[in-house]
Amino acid sequence: MKIVVCVKQVPDTASEKALRSEDSTLDRDAVDAVMNEMDEFAVEEALQLAERTDGEVTVLLMGPDQGTETIRKALSMGAHKGIHVVDDALHGSDAVATSAVLAAALASEEGAGGAYDLIILGSEASDARTSLVPAMLAERLGLPQLTFAQKVDTDGANVTVERLTDYGHDVVTSGLPAVVSVVEKINEPRYPSFKGIMAAKKKPVSTLDLGDLGLDAAEVGAAGAWSKVEDFAVRPPRTTGELVKDEGDGGKQLVSFLASRKLV
Amino acid sequence: MAEILVLVDHLDGDVKKVTLELLTKARSLGEVSAVFVGSGFDTAKDKLAEYGAATVHVADADELTAHPVAPKAELLAKLVADGDVAAVLVPGTAEGKEVAARLAIKTGSGVITDAVDVVASDQGIVAEQSVFGGSTVVHSTITRGTPVVAVRPNATQPEPAPAAAERVDVAVELSASAKLATVTERVVKSRTGRPDLTEASIVVSGGRGVNGAENFTVVEALADALGGAVGASRAAVDSGWYPHQSQVGQTGKTVSPQLYVAAGISGAIQHRAGMQTSKTIVAVNKDAEAPIFDLVDFGVIGDLFDVLPQATEEVAARKG
Repeated sequence: MKIVVCVKQVPDTASEKALRSEDSTLDRDAVDAVMNEMDEFAVEEALQLAERTDGEVTVLLMGPDQGTETIRKALSMGAHKGIHVVDDALHGSDAVATSAVLAAALASEEGAGGAYDLIILGSEASDARTSLVPAMLAERLGLPQLTFAQKVDTDGANVTVERLTDYGHDVVTSGLPAVVSVVEKINEPRYPSFKGIMAAKKKPVSTLDLGDLGLDAAEVGAAGAWSKVEDFAVRPPRTTGELVKDEGDGGKQLVSFLASRKLV
Repeated sequence: MAEILVLVDHLDGDVKKVTLELLTKARSLGEVSAVFVGSGFDTAKDKLAEYGAATVHVADADELTAHPVAPKAELLAKLVADGDVAAVLVPGTAEGKEVAARLAIKTGSGVITDAVDVVASDQGIVAEQSVFGGSTVVHSTITRGTPVVAVRPNATQPEPAPAAAERVDVAVELSASAKLATVTERVVKSRTGRPDLTEASIVVSGGRGVNGAENFTVVEALADALGGAVGASRAAVDSGWYPHQSQVGQTGKTVSPQLYVAAGISGAIQHRAGMQTSKTIVAVNKDAEAPIFDLVDFGVIGDLFDVLPQATEEVAARKG
């Protein structure tokens, strides 16, 4: 089974994020870049499915040069090869443009060449948190969408997932190829072993630009976005209100406070 | 006046509060038409009328709910193509955002997610978002197509404004690609009787300090006394003490209730990202240095197993 797992490099969730005043995009220089956490679950799920089916995992990333680190991480976990779409014109791309680029990379001969049974993504990136890209990718590719999966099973001809819902879950099934997005806790992402890290250095990573994908710079990046940030403002941080030490009546004091705010 | 389409979030006609919030918001933007997919319109009608839906497009064919997400997007795309639609508002839930995603591609329209406000202006529809855990406020416009906006639950106070909720049946011929994935089973967990986490006006959450699944009864008791929902930090969920659906934070749900109670939660950035926009925040923690205290309106430094039960009793006593 051929699996492509799409990953994103994001600012470390443990760091404070800010927008740049000049173009209202995320200031990525100010923070450490890491693999989007939800994508670690996607990589792990891809590896487990590949191990069960004697398959191959390709990792696909769109992003600036330093995205190579994230591709290498996926390779050191066990993915077989990488595709890195990098182009200055991509800066500021929204979900619409990102999904167009990923779709083109999946289809193009230079990229995955349309040769895949499953496309797996994390259900959300921790920076923008839109959850748009997996659904957009399914829409663009005309493939079944099996998203927010907390469990994935495949027999090589069909794929079945448990789709997490607010009320429990739906069991959703389709033929292949299909687009799957996974939630955290679906598995325990492995840590790259020393052997894996060494092996990753020799694994092939192809680098593609917009020209390779037959895309026009005007369709992507900030220029091609279908929405526009008009303005933004940083809110003053919340400040500490009243703190009391529990001397035996902490619960009562808490409720008195709630009552003073008419919350009880 | 141009139409504003509002996708109704419901379970068998039981209309979710977020729908009423969307209808309230939509009224200031244009003529409000609700879009009801699935069975149960008769149950839903009164609520939709009460909150100002002039028209309700009803699509109750079984195949619309037999496949996830794509059929709803196709139905909305058809309504956008056939009518004079100024914007489409969908609930900012997991599924709502996915419907928005597909609709945006189908109609060649820009999409904004997690809006906390939507207003009409000279530049068209302007959406306000609260990003990076509420630390930054962003105003955005849509530059192409018919604006598609996913609005975060609990961002608006629903206000009634009665209208007719006139039923207009709509049939849609689903494309083959909308039917590729099929729902074969729907598993509904037993209902707790508590409000939904993202819709609740009060949320009581427990974290590492709760120290065990069985101890969550202490958190639940206070939530029940206050009429709130129960949430959990990632540490508590990772430890298996509380279900994933209840996780509040960066990789869980984002909530912005009137009152958020954090019990035994240190307040790592991962957690703060999911609750920082709550109106009032209170916390109980043994550790006086816990970062959660940086953002509380009121904090008790103490053992949650002393403070929470006492608070629960006190709430009950005040309610008489």
